[in-house]
Amino acid sequence: MRIEFTINGHPVNMEIDPSARLLDILRENLDLTGTKEGCGEGECGACSVLLDGALVNSCLVPAFQVDSRSVETIEGLRETEIGKALIDAFCESGAIQCGFCSPGFIVASTALLRSNPEPTESEIRAALSGNLCRCTGYTKIIEAVLLASKKIKEKR
Amino acid sequence: MAVGKRVIRVDARAKADGSAKYVADMSMPGMLVGRVLHSPVARGRITNLDIDSARKIAGVRAVVTAEDIPGGNICHIVIDDMPLLANGEVKYTGEPIALVAAESRSAVEDALEAMNLQIEQLPPLTDPEKYADPDSPRLSGKDNIFAHHKIRRGKTDVAFGKADIVIERTYRTTYQEHAYLETQGMLAVPTQEGGIDIYGSMQCPFYVHGAVATVCGLPQSKVRIIQTTTGGAFGGKEDVPSLVAGWAAVLALKANRPVKLILDRSEDIISMSKRHPSRTHIKLGADKKGKLVAAEVDILFDAGAYATLSSVVLWRGTVHACGPYRIPAVKIDARAVATNKVPCGAYRGFGSPQTLFAIESAIDELAYKLDIDPVEFRRINILKKGDKTVTGQKIRSSCGLEECLERAVQASDFINLRKKLHSEDSPVKRGLGISTIFYGMGLGAGGTKLARTGAYVSIQPDGSVQFAVGTTEMGQGMRTVLGQIVAEAFGIPFEKVSCLPVDTSRVPDSGPTVASRATTMSGRALLQACTHLKRNLAKVAAAEWGTKDRIVNIAAGKAIRTDNPDITIPWNELAAIAFDKKAELTVVAHDSSPPTSWNPETGQGDAYVVYSWCANIAQVAVDTRTGEVRLEKLWAAHDIGKAINPTLVEGQIEGGSVQGMGYGLTEEYIIDENGIPLNPKLSFYYIPTTEDAPTIEPIIVESAYDKGPFGAKGFGEQPLMGIAPAIANAIFDAVKIRFREQPFTPEKVWPELKGLDNED
Repeated sequence: MRIEFTINGHPVNMEIDPSARLLDILRENLDLTGTKEGCGEGECGACSVLLDGALVNSCLVPAFQVDSRSVETIEGLRETEIGKALIDAFCESGAIQCGFCSPGFIVASTALLRSNPEPTESEIRAALSGNLCRCTGYTKIIEAVLLASKKIKEKR
Repeated sequence: MAVGKRVIRVDARAKADGSAKYVADMSMPGMLVGRVLHSPVARGRITNLDIDSARKIAGVRAVVTAEDIPGGNICHIVIDDMPLLANGEVKYTGEPIALVAAESRSAVEDALEAMNLQIEQLPPLTDPEKYADPDSPRLSGKDNIFAHHKIRRGKTDVAFGKADIVIERTYRTTYQEHAYLETQGMLAVPTQEGGIDIYGSMQCPFYVHGAVATVCGLPQSKVRIIQTTTGGAFGGKEDVPSLVAGWAAVLALKANRPVKLILDRSEDIISMSKRHPSRTHIKLGADKKGKLVAAEVDILFDAGAYATLSSVVLWRGTVHACGPYRIPAVKIDARAVATNKVPCGAYRGFGSPQTLFAIESAIDELAYKLDIDPVEFRRINILKKGDKTVTGQKIRSSCGLEECLERAVQASDFINLRKKLHSEDSPVKRGLGISTIFYGMGLGAGGTKLARTGAYVSIQPDGSVQFAVGTTEMGQGMRTVLGQIVAEAFGIPFEKVSCLPVDTSRVPDSGPTVASRATTMSGRALLQACTHLKRNLAKVAAAEWGTKDRIVNIAAGKAIRTDNPDITIPWNELAAIAFDKKAELTVVAHDSSPPTSWNPETGQGDAYVVYSWCANIAQVAVDTRTGEVRLEKLWAAHDIGKAINPTLVEGQIEGGSVQGMGYGLTEEYIIDENGIPLNPKLSFYYIPTTEDAPTIEPIIVESAYDKGPFGAKGFGEQPLMGIAPAIANAIFDAVKIRFREQPFTPEKVWPELKGLDNED
C-alpha cells in the first residue's frame, strides 16, 4: 500500500508493506537509524518519536497509521532549539553512557519541554518513566533536562 | 592537565543525536538477515528437523545445522563443552539448533517454521539442590559439578568453640538479567581473501576472534573482529557474543554474503547468559566484644546447562564470600552445578553479589544478636592496612575502606537520621541499612593467562595523537578516560587525542574487558607506549640542541632542557621535527598484570593485585499497607585510587547502584520446574525506571594504587555489589523483619508484615 506523510518537515510518498511498523520504515526505508529498537513491545522507549507532536513508541504504531500525518525523529529534533539544548545538556551532565536509549530520551524530553518549558524534578521523572536506561541510574538524565530547561529560558 | 577533570565524553554527542552506529544500524550491499532456531524445551532428543523444506523457501540463501559447521562445533570459553549448535540433543530452553539466512525477515521466519522441529522430551534437572540425586540426569561429568573451590584458613572447629555467639543462616538469590538496552547482534562479512570480518556488539573481541576462527575452520590470521558502538553489556556481552558471532560467521560463509543477525528481546532474554542463582549457608561466630572469630560458608551456584564461565565466576564469589573482614579461621566450599537451564555467566560483580548479599546480611544479623550497632560492628572487623584477607593476602596499601565507612556515616548523619526516621509515626516505616564490601580488581589469580593488555599510540606529524587499545567501550567511558591518561602522559590538551575503534588486527590480544580492568590495565599499556615515545622525542630534541638526551624532559606538552628550563620546543613543532627526522612515532606496547598467587587446595594466596573498597548506606521506606519497599536515598562511598574523570565515576556509582537496587527489589526472572522461562520480556521483568531511582550521593575516596595509571584502580562493578544487602539491612532496621532471599518484592514482604500485625 502507498502512504503519504511528513517526516521531519519533509513530505514523503512511499509504498509500504501493510504489516510494517513505523519503526521499520524509519530504519529500513528512510535510513533514520537514530530511532532504536530495544524491545519491540512498547516497554523501553528507545524507539520514541513524535507523531503529530505526541510522544509514541514507533514499534507499536502500524506504518499505515501515519498516512497524512507528521512524524518527527531524533534526526529532525536535533536541528531544533529544544533538541540542541537537550543534546548539549545531556553531554555536559554526563547523562550518556552506552547511548542506546539516549535518542529516545532526547525525543521524550523534547515532548516534555515543548508542553512544559520549566518542569519540576517530579514532572521530569513522570514524563520520562516510559524510557528505560540501564546504565546511568537516571540521576544525570534528570539533571540534564533541568539544565536544558534553564539554558533555554536564559536564551529567550 | 587532563587527569581528574570532568571532560565531556568523546562519544556523547554522536550517541545523543542518533548518529552513532550500532550493529543493527549498519548495512552492506547484498546483506542477508540471519536468524536462529532455538529449543522450546529444556531437555530432549531432536527427532525431526526438515532442512530441505527450509532450503526450498523463496529467498533463503543458507541453512546451517550442527553438521554444516565448517570448523569445530564448539564455542570455546573455559572448557570446551558447549556446542555452537545443538547436535542431536538439547539441554536448555533456548539452546540454538539451526540457523537461517535469507533475503528478508519474512523468508527467514517461514524457513524456521518449515523445519518442523520435533523434540522427544526427557525429564529435566531444574533444581540445583538435586544435582547429586541418583534420579537426576547426569548433565556434566560424573557428578554434575562444574567447579568446586575451597578456602581453608585456621581451624574453624576450634575457633567456633571459643566464640561467644554463633549464628547459622541460609541466603538465596535469583537470576538477574542484564537488560542491556541493545540486544546481542553481529554482522559477518566474508572477505575476498577467504577470511571473515565481524562487526558487532561485544566486550571481548579476542574471545570472539578465537571462537570465530574455530567454528569457521579458518586460521586466526584470516579473522578480524571490529567492535561497533556497544549499547550496554554489564558482563552479558563477555562470553555469549562468541556464540552470536559464530552463528553469523558460519551463515555468511555458507551463503558467501554478509549476514546481519540481531536477537530480538525475548530471544535474547531466553537464550543469553544471566547472573547465577545461588544458595549460601553461613555459620558465623564472634566473641562478646564483637570480634569475628570464625566463618564457615557453603555456596551453591546454579550454573545451567554448560560450564561457560561458571568456574571463574564462582571463584570470585568464593574469594569475596567473607566480605572485607578480618576472620582468623575460615572454611569455604563452593560448587557450581549443572541444570537444564540457560548457562549463566558474567554479570557485573561476577559471583560476588550473591555471596556478599549473604555475608553482609549475616554480619548485620550477628551485630544485632550481640547488641552492637552495625556500624560499630564493622568498625571493629573491617580490613585495614597491614591486615590479611581470608585468603591470607596482606593488604599493604591502597586500603580506603575505613575512610569510605566514616565518610558515608558522616554524609548521612547516620545516628541522628536513624533516630529521626524511627520516630516517625506513619504506616510507612523507614530505616537505614549499611553494607561494607570490597572488589578484587582485575582477573586475579583466577585468570592469570588472560591478564595482558596491548596499546597502540601514534603521534601524527601535526602533533595530534591517535591511540588504540584492545579493551572495549561499552558505555562506561573507557575511551574518554584513556584519552585523558594519554593527554596527561604527554602534557597535551585532551582535544589533541583520539581513540580508534577496537580492531583485533591493530592491537595485540588485550584479554577481556571484564573485572573492572580496562582503565587500569589498558592505562598501564598506554603509559608504557607513551614513555617509549617520550624517549624518542627526547632524542629528537637533544639532536636539535646538540646535547645529550638525558638532559631533555618531555612534559607539559613540550621538550624542556633540564639544565635550562627556559629552552623548550613546543609540542607541534617537536612532532613536525620528529617526523622530518624519521623518528619512530608509532609504537605498540605490551603489558602484563602484576603477579598474584593461589593454592587451590587451601585457597590461600594473593588473590588479586589490589582491592577497591566501598561502604553503602541505604535509606528505605517500607509501606506496611502494601508491602512495597522503596530505596529513597543512598550514600555510596567508593575508594577507587584516583578518579580520572569524576563525572564518569559518579555515572558508574549511580548506574551501578540502581542496577543493584533492581536486583534487591524488583528484578525476578523465573524459570519453572519444567525449565520454561515465564517472563522473558521487559514488561514482566522489572528494571528500575525514572520513578524508582533514588537520590544518590556518590562519595569518591582516593587511596592511590601505586601500580595503576595516576593511582587509579578499577571499580565499575562495585557500585552494584553491595546494594541488595544494604536494602535488606535497612528493611530490618525499619520493620525488624529479616529477608534472606532477594528480591524483596511486595509479594514477599506483605505476608511477613501481616504476620507482624497478627502477633501484635
